[in-house]
Order: sequence, then structure tokens, then C-alpha cells
Amino acid sequence: MLKVKGIETFYGKIQALKGVSLEVEQGQVVTLLGANGAGKSTTMKTISGLLKPKHGTVEFLGENITGLRPDQLLRKGIALVPEGRAILSTMTVMENLEMGAYHRSDKNIKKDIEEVMEQFPILKERSEQLGGTLSGGQQQMLAIARALLSKPKLLLLDEPSMGLAPLIVADIFKMIREIKAAGTTVLLVEQNAKQALKVADYGYVMETGKVIINGEAKDLLEDARIVEAYLGKKSS
Amino acid sequence: MLLEQLINGLTLGSIYAIVALGFTLVFGVLGIINMAHGEIFMIGAFIGVLVTSVLGLPLWIAFIAAIAVTALLGYMLERIALRPLRGKQGVSHLAPLISTIGVSILLENLSHHIFGAGNHPFRNSFAEIQIQIGSITIYIVQILIFVISIALMLILSYWLSKTKAGKALRATAENLETASLLGVNTKRTITTTVIIASALGGIAGILVGMAFNSVNPQMGLSMGLKGLAIIILGGMGNVKGAMAGGLLLGVAETMIVAYGDSGYRDAVAFITIIFVLLLRPQGLFGKNTSEAGR
Repeated sequence: MLKVKGIETFYGKIQALKGVSLEVEQGQVVTLLGANGAGKSTTMKTISGLLKPKHGTVEFLGENITGLRPDQLLRKGIALVPEGRAILSTMTVMENLEMGAYHRSDKNIKKDIEEVMEQFPILKERSEQLGGTLSGGQQQMLAIARALLSKPKLLLLDEPSMGLAPLIVADIFKMIREIKAAGTTVLLVEQNAKQALKVADYGYVMETGKVIINGEAKDLLEDARIVEAYLGKKSS
Repeated sequence: MLLEQLINGLTLGSIYAIVALGFTLVFGVLGIINMAHGEIFMIGAFIGVLVTSVLGLPLWIAFIAAIAVTALLGYMLERIALRPLRGKQGVSHLAPLISTIGVSILLENLSHHIFGAGNHPFRNSFAEIQIQIGSITIYIVQILIFVISIALMLILSYWLSKTKAGKALRATAENLETASLLGVNTKRTITTTVIIASALGGIAGILVGMAFNSVNPQMGLSMGLKGLAIIILGGMGNVKGAMAGGLLLGVAETMIVAYGDSGYRDAVAFITIIFVLLLRPQGLFGKNTSEAGR
């Protein structure tokens, strides 16, 4: 579904990605792991069109989409929930959800928003409140719900569990499982390697702008290099 | 007497509010002060003079012509002076501001060249019609200005809060990146915003022509500075603040002239800025958050 081939992305003169290649198959959850500064978020920003790669290509459903703008990519079915959630804090929860369906013109938008609110009662309760007044976990749910309202084929999640309490993190991973069950493909960037590999089908590990390890998620959970670097001691 | 002055003040203030709305919309989306806004306003006023006094056509045609010309100026401002500087590496964040100053100088000198330096009368058929209610005299033109301004503010508020395009504008103003991730073509939204802001300036130009019966190439500068004062007063990028600040300044100026010393009229705006910046730097309606916290 998504084929990233040898992308090199720069911030000014600093090269953040040194030829990253990865593939995401339809219906899978693929996770991208690595330490801070490895280039995970840069990879996500390049795929979603926020950054343009100097070299390399991105293909989506067989079409070369390299260098398209985020709004054009959204129309093709790629939605990014960026790191830090990016809630529109001066707009209400309802307006945030409506903006999620911005590019759609079908008649089901109202119904879909209703459904999302059934799924997340807290969003219904707070629908007239400003987005900025929500707690971190609620904002993350709003950000994911908003992205889902665009009806994406591929959902990019950049560190959805960052800065959230353990209970909320569990909720977020439950959401990701539900999203997968509903048939949406997910590319997930996570610090929480263990949880991410448990939910994922396939995984990539990045270091200093390159992919250094890749494989089936269940194999990576056992991989000595990953256990040592990202999962800590084998306690469970 | 007081009521009469209040009406004068509200008339003037509603024009200020329209000018300030143009400023605040552009500031909200682009984060820069459009220093050419005052000159676009002045061009709008001159289009009014051309259509009504020179060509002798009715006032409504003057409005349409001024909106068309200033909207076009707004489009050119964005395409020629602002967009080429946006997102380029090595371009200072002050560059677009300087660029709009350049456009303002160009427009002022251009109108100097074409229309001459002096005052131009703005004739319209009902400028002298007045109504007498008890001891109060109201000019029809004042009511017209007030009604047009309030209608514009209501339409703009509705557009921003209820329509899809208005919400896209607010999303873009809050965070350009997020808006584009949600599918908003931010380039187009920015262009639309500059066009709408400029057209508001053009309308305000005609309203001032109607109110004061005189138009000159220098009027853009002082109106521009007052618009700036108003958005500092109301809170940068805040639509309600621009409206309230405009009305407030208009009334304050009129009262100073009526009951104080008319020499201090223009000082009111700038003394207000000093006090607002000292006491409430975020403006009357601004949020108390730092830019770094976004």
C-alpha cells in the first residue's frame, strides 16, 4: 500500500534521513521504533507531505506521491496525527471534529460525528468546550477521532502515547486495535516499544536517520538487540 | 448634545472597526502587520471619488468598484509581495513586514502622481440630508455608515463561526501545519484572507469619503496607524477585539474633540496604546498566553 524508497530529508544543511525505506501492507499495523532523534517523526512528516525529501520516492497505492502537499495527500487517503496532538485549541471540540471531515462533501458527516461521539462519550459531553481545555488524554482521543473522520486509508500516528498516564496509554492502544479491526491501515511511531510491537504486525527500528532492523513484530519482540536497547530486562 | 456626539463617535468608530478587521484578519493568518492596509483603504476612497464625483455615477457603483479594485490589490499584494517570501530559507521573519511597507509607499506615491496632493471632495446626493429629533441632528449618511459597518461585522462574524471556509480560516490562523493536515489548502486560504481584508479596507475608504467629504493620498498612513492601535487595544488577531476597539476609539476621539482640546484628537489612539501595553499587553480581548507555548 505504502512504499517508501530511500528518502533523504534535510533540515537546512542537516541531513535527518539518510535513505529510509519501508513498506506498509494493506490492513496491517506497522510500527516504527527508535530512540529520540533517530528520524521517526521526520519520516512521518515526509510521508504526510509536511517535509519534502531531497532524494527518494514515496508511493501510495501504486502512485508516486512524493512532494505533494498534506491537503492533497489527505484527499488521497493519508492522515497524520502529529506528535503533540495538534488540537485546534481556540476552536470547540465539535469544530475540531468538523474540521476532521473538512475535505469531505458527502451527506454522512453528521452521522459519522454522532458515531464518534457515541464511541467517546467524553467528547460528546465536552462538545461545546474549547479544544485547549481538554486533558492530554482527551486531546489525543480527539486528535485520533478527528483524523478518522477524514476516512483515511492509511492512518499515521506519531507517538500517540507520549506524556499520558499508563491507564490512558492502555486506552490508546485499545483504540489502535479497534482501528485495525475496522480495516484501516496504521503506521505507528512509538517510544513504548513493547506495547507497539504487541499491537503491530511488522516493525522497523531506526537509528540516526536509517532503518537498522526490520522484521515481523513477534520476532522483534524476541530479538536480542531490541530487547536490550528498547524493552529493558526480560521480566515478563 | 452628548447623544449627538455619541452618534458621531459611533459612526467614526464603526469605520475604524472595519479598517481594524482587515488588519486583524491578516495578522491572524500570516502573523504580520500589513502596513499597506492603510494605503489600500486610501485607494478605495479614491475609487469612490472617481466613480461619484468625476464620473457622476451612483454610490452603489462606487462600492462595487472599490471592492473590486481593492480585492485585486489584495490579491497582487499576496502574490507579488508576500508569497515569494514565505517559507524560504534565509528570509528574515521581518521581510514580509518590510515588503508591505514597500507596497504602501508605492501606492501612496502612485495616487499622489495620479490624483495630486490636495483634498478631493466626495460628493453624494444625500450628504446634506438630516433628520431633526428634538434638539438632536442626525445626518442620514451617518446612519448609512453605521448600518453598513454593523452589517459587515455581523456577516463576517457569521462567516467565521459557521461556514466551512470561515472555520478553515480560523484553523489556518491558529496553526498552519495542522490546518493543512486536516485538508485545508492553506495557500488558497491565505490568499482569500488577504483579499477579504483588502476589500474591507476599500469599503472603509468609501465610508470615510462619505463621512468627511474629503479624500487625499496621505489619509492611508494615519488610518493605518489607528488600525494598528485598535488591534493592539483589542488583542492582535482577535475579531471581537477589533470591533470593540474600533468603536471605543471612535467615541473617545469624538468626545475629546467635543469636550476637550481638538488638538489631542490623534493623540488619543497612541496614548491608549501606551496604557494598554503597560497594563494589559495581550489587549482587551487577547488571551494571556505566550507565543512560545504553542
